[in-house]
Amino acid sequence: MLRYTLRRCAWTVVQLAVLAVVVFALTNLLPGDAATVDFNEQAGLEQVAELRAQMGLDRPWGERLLDWAYGVAHGDLGTSLVGGGPVSGVLAASIGVTATLAAVTLLLLVPLATAVGLLTGLRAGGRTDRAVSAVTLTLTSVPDFVLALLLVAFFSLRLGWLPSTWVGVDGAWWERPELFVLPVAVLLARTVCTLSRQVRAGTIAALHSGWAVQARRLGVPRGRLVLRHVLPNAAVPGVQELARTGDQLLGGVLVVEAVFAIPGTATALVEAVQNRDVPTVQGLALALAAVACLLNLGADLVTRRLAPRTEVLR
Amino acid sequence: MPVTPTRRSVLTAAAAAGAVLLTGCESAGSSGGTGSGGPRRGGSLRAAFPGAGVKETMDPHAQRQFVDIARHKAVFDKLVDLDATLRPVPRLARSWTSDRTARVWRFELREAAFHDGHVLDADDVLYSLSRILSPDAADHLAKHSLSHIDLRESRAVGARGVEIALDRPDAELPTLLAMTGTAVVRKGWDDPEHPVGTGPFRFVSFTAGRSFTARRFDDHWAGAPHVDEVRVLSADTEARAAAVRGGEVHYAHELTPTFARTVAHDSRVRVVATKRSGVQGFALKTDRPPFDDPRAALAVKLLVDRERLVEVVCAGRAEVGNDLYGKGYAYYPSGLEQRERDVAEARRLLRRTGLFNKKVSFHTSTAADGFAQAAHLFTEQAGEAGLRVDVTNGPPESYFTDVLTRGTVTNHRCGAMPIPTYLSERLLTDAPQNATAWHDRDFDASYADARAVVDTGDRTARYRKVQTTLRDRGGLVLWAHPEWLNAVARTLHGVREAPPNTVDWARFDTVWLD
Repeated sequence: MLRYTLRRCAWTVVQLAVLAVVVFALTNLLPGDAATVDFNEQAGLEQVAELRAQMGLDRPWGERLLDWAYGVAHGDLGTSLVGGGPVSGVLAASIGVTATLAAVTLLLLVPLATAVGLLTGLRAGGRTDRAVSAVTLTLTSVPDFVLALLLVAFFSLRLGWLPSTWVGVDGAWWERPELFVLPVAVLLARTVCTLSRQVRAGTIAALHSGWAVQARRLGVPRGRLVLRHVLPNAAVPGVQELARTGDQLLGGVLVVEAVFAIPGTATALVEAVQNRDVPTVQGLALALAAVACLLNLGADLVTRRLAPRTEVLR
Repeated sequence: MPVTPTRRSVLTAAAAAGAVLLTGCESAGSSGGTGSGGPRRGGSLRAAFPGAGVKETMDPHAQRQFVDIARHKAVFDKLVDLDATLRPVPRLARSWTSDRTARVWRFELREAAFHDGHVLDADDVLYSLSRILSPDAADHLAKHSLSHIDLRESRAVGARGVEIALDRPDAELPTLLAMTGTAVVRKGWDDPEHPVGTGPFRFVSFTAGRSFTARRFDDHWAGAPHVDEVRVLSADTEARAAAVRGGEVHYAHELTPTFARTVAHDSRVRVVATKRSGVQGFALKTDRPPFDDPRAALAVKLLVDRERLVEVVCAGRAEVGNDLYGKGYAYYPSGLEQRERDVAEARRLLRRTGLFNKKVSFHTSTAADGFAQAAHLFTEQAGEAGLRVDVTNGPPESYFTDVLTRGTVTNHRCGAMPIPTYLSERLLTDAPQNATAWHDRDFDASYADARAVVDTGDRTARYRKVQTTLRDRGGLVLWAHPEWLNAVARTLHGVREAPPNTVDWARFDTVWLD
């Protein structure tokens, strides 16, 4: 187990290094640079060239990449081209909100999805299963922004129960739980559906497997069979899906952030890409990729613990 | 027609009478109360603008976005500002005069206090100019238009006067001092983290891309603002729309015609639509075939269906354009006939220039609402006259810089600015934003001559000539003067219609809350 963990960690570092180069190359391939974008519609080519020189964008790209890599190796994510502030500041300012949102969503998501998945899986084909499946499949097919706007129109604008956006919320967002209700509802609607489908499929597969049939024949009580034997196996695809959901949530969900004006990581990243702010794009992408890699690593380790047979199969 | 009243007409009349009575009561009641009875002091005003993330700044000389300008307007003042017709109006400068050649200008300063107690003097003005013109500050936008100021020859005169010398004559100096990025700062000030100005609000806090807070400055030279506090917040379109309807903000800047339609019957929100807030059009490159031939350009001006473009692209919320910038602004040439669609004449000109059934390329993008839509509508209309159009899409983030070199036909838009500024920024041979690549030395010379004339009447006549030349021979097809849509909550009073960049726009010292 330890060797496996170490090997996976080493690979993660290599992945991140490759990713940094790819992100740098791709951002540079985008048409226009920070100077062009910054002066879009407001100045001529001469002033753009002047600004480009001031930003240091006239240096060869190899030099800029090495500069940046040297900084990262020394714990410095660099300086934003457009704002002039440190990239770590941009990251720090956006990650808190996103992490809280993701944590709240996950906290509600795991029990809810497991329960729904088990319920439908154990009664596959029954009336409950068909009713619940119809709801989850419908919710999955409604685009996030439509759902968000519908919720805002009903709960905020019509009933006036909940704030419609985060506009004007400063600093003390953690003191106002009502701000989280609608965004979390939208995030849950999507993720509960996909995750519970995975758990449902896993449950059905486990229930019909040879060992489950045998256990039932040997008289293992149903409750124990489900909790001790079926659930851990059914959870395997679920855990993988959960890791994916986790890094999606941390990467920020752009639509939700935009509709509710939540100052999270997706907004920061998209703004940085639009501004062609290469150091910020790289810093944010690298940090988010590191989290995603860690989550997936964690998921793989949990999966191995839940169903050790995968090791034997290797 | 039957004359006997039907039951319905009687009921309608009764209801109308009732409504009149009711409104009568309401206005009588509210004039005695707090509503429209006059400005009320106090409250915290929240205004939402499109944000620009970390790009946002509190350096008033590096401002670029509307959200920046709104914040800076709260904390700083300019010497001069612009009224709704884009004419200069006094702000920190009480009055101004020039010598007979418009080379040396004298501005009389008001007795205005900075937030730190210092009283404005000529040194602050001269320092501000030198900071704007600083050679190593590439992001100071006014640097280009104010480059003819000769700081070594400029000086303080008398107790409250400042003399600004130019290295060439310019009768438009006051309007230039009213443009973006020209705020007056305290002598020696160079710390955007701690802005100190003479504006109606005293700086409290600012987080780029999120929010800004400022408190009332009681010693403001124009009188203290009514509200205690103003907060300028950044948010995307959907969020601004929801926030103003949900009562989370009192003022939402820049909304869509769709939003205006949605809230038409919403009692919580009022849409403030400012007519003639700029221009929408097409730019034809005049330095390359086919539009180096003015007849080909004229063909395009005749083939566009302006009413249809206004109706579809601007959702009807615009006035039809006449290929001239700045309808309703100072120096707009009056009495010119509206250019109408004439497909037959357009076709004749296309044949004459060998363009009939030929293809031109249209470079568009989603840089602004309606750009791509306008391009496709144009393709259709051009097709009816026998001109084929090939539409290509470019990246929105750098579109306006790209079109300076790329494309034969491109989208064009421009916000409110004085007509002379529009001409000098977009149509002179060396103009920074010359999207039609209009290179005409005679045009440059007549424009420069006009601008050097001190007499207003004479100057207006010369500007008229310059503009009609452009309308007849240039590459600008300007088909709409769109409205600017802001939304305000019913609880906010005193918001006036004003084009962006003018003195009453985003002005929060004269408004009050219920």
